Amino acid sequence: MTLTLNATEDPTVLDENGNRIPVGAALVSPDAESATPKLWLQNLSLKYKTTGGERMLALDSIDLKVRAGEFLCIVGPSGCGKSTLLFLIAGLHEPTSGAVLMDGKKVIHTGTDRIMIFQEHGLFPWLTVEENVEFGLKMKGVEKKLRRERVREYLNLVHLGKFQKSYIHQLSGGMKQRVAIARALATEPDVLLMDEPFAALDAQTRDLLHDELERIWAETGRTIIFVTHNVREAVRLGDRVAVLTFRPGRLKREYLIDLPRPRHLEDTAVAGTARDILGDLREEINKSLAVEYQQ
Amino acid sequence: MKPIARQVIFYGVIFGLWSLICKLHIWPPYVLPAPWAIVEALWAGFQDHSFPIAILASMRRMLIGYGISVVLGTFLGIVLASNRFFEQTVSGLLVSLQSLPSICWLPLAVLWFGLSENAILFVIVMGSLLSVTISMETGRKQMPKIYSMAGRNLGARKWNLFYHVLLPASMPYIVTGLKQGWAFAWRSLFAGEMIYVTLGLGQQLNAGRDLNDMNLVIAVMILIIAIGTTVDRLLFRTIEKRLQMKWGLLSAT
Repeated sequence: MTLTLNATEDPTVLDENGNRIPVGAALVSPDAESATPKLWLQNLSLKYKTTGGERMLALDSIDLKVRAGEFLCIVGPSGCGKSTLLFLIAGLHEPTSGAVLMDGKKVIHTGTDRIMIFQEHGLFPWLTVEENVEFGLKMKGVEKKLRRERVREYLNLVHLGKFQKSYIHQLSGGMKQRVAIARALATEPDVLLMDEPFAALDAQTRDLLHDELERIWAETGRTIIFVTHNVREAVRLGDRVAVLTFRPGRLKREYLIDLPRPRHLEDTAVAGTARDILGDLREEINKSLAVEYQQ
Repeated sequence: MKPIARQVIFYGVIFGLWSLICKLHIWPPYVLPAPWAIVEALWAGFQDHSFPIAILASMRRMLIGYGISVVLGTFLGIVLASNRFFEQTVSGLLVSLQSLPSICWLPLAVLWFGLSENAILFVIVMGSLLSVTISMETGRKQMPKIYSMAGRNLGARKWNLFYHVLLPASMPYIVTGLKQGWAFAWRSLFAGEMIYVTLGLGQQLNAGRDLNDMNLVIAVMILIIAIGTTVDRLLFRTIEKRLQMKWGLLSAT
């Protein structure tokens, strides 16, 4: 069953309805239901200067609340600013207006409580797998013995315990993304920001990583914001799917996904829900294509 | 056939042809000395310690001059890469200056510093500073943005970001620059050493010319080639290879 909410409605409606989510709700700690959401994107807008010198509105008044432990997926056509939204949450970019609140506090800088996983993994080729995973902990000043333990723990979590001494180029695409996940988790962030992390992988590897990510999410109880252009992937993973419009990126609609977990990409219910959302998204994709053909 | 075998044959043939031509007495020995005469000159030079002393003196200058270039060039490169104004002005000037062969700095160096050690060092620095600076700057600019974003995202700031992310991420460019800088410094060193009487290999070359001693001239040339190649092979190639293996830029051979 899918529940559709209009984004312009008061977002607190979502919190009340949150009780209806059967599996995701089990991961939410009791205080997460209280007034402060884990993340609150408050009226976020971002303008930037194009190479032509004109100012373009990339994101327009995005208002979104994310519960602790929630798996939120954001879909939209390419160029709608969904990655930019993650950069804002990560503190890598600054919004033109509005704010990102984390546990009620305004986000100003990057911080290891919000770790990003990039599409092109962003692993450091000059470090071994183990040293990559260790990196965030080292920056945090965690002592060496504890670092080693954590690295081992998280590499085992992504089934790469045997590859700790390998260099990045020796790994396959799927393994690289697993290292990136381990590296992000090792700093024990509250929020994981995933920017189309599986887009460059083949279908089989992606399938496998969906299962793993769902398992890791259930085991660690992290809040995940997952950006993708693949609606089916969003429905397969998310407690909620937010659709963004094309230029400027606005919140078009949100869908609560209360399908039972574990899900699978090929489930008919997943496919059906994805089709409903895709109908909504198609409009935006057409707009983006029109612009592309003009250029 | 193994590469080493090919090389042995190649140098064997050169040595053989050279010996043959000398045996035929086409040119007098002061124009084309025999290879064994060169070997004797080399032996004599090491026997009377004039070569070891010259090598030490040259290497000392080289290390000081190159050292200054590396420190200054690294600093300059970082400044240039991080400042839009300098990037658009000073960078262009540096590239133009690089078209000036280092020996052209010699007259200026002598007028500024006189016939002194500093004049030689100046020529070495001018010869190698630019390539170190330019590749440092290129490295900082060409480095994929994702590394610095990932680094900041994982909590690296300021010094940590520079030391643990920006520096290693631009290392392939930096090593190329250091290697090139060394090669340029090595060339400039001998230009500088010929300006006045110093200890050093450049002066040995000059002495050979003054004494009409062709054996000495060629022996010193061979020494310069041998030392230059050794440093390049042992130091820079090794570093480069290790880096390429790590980064996966080179398939394991």
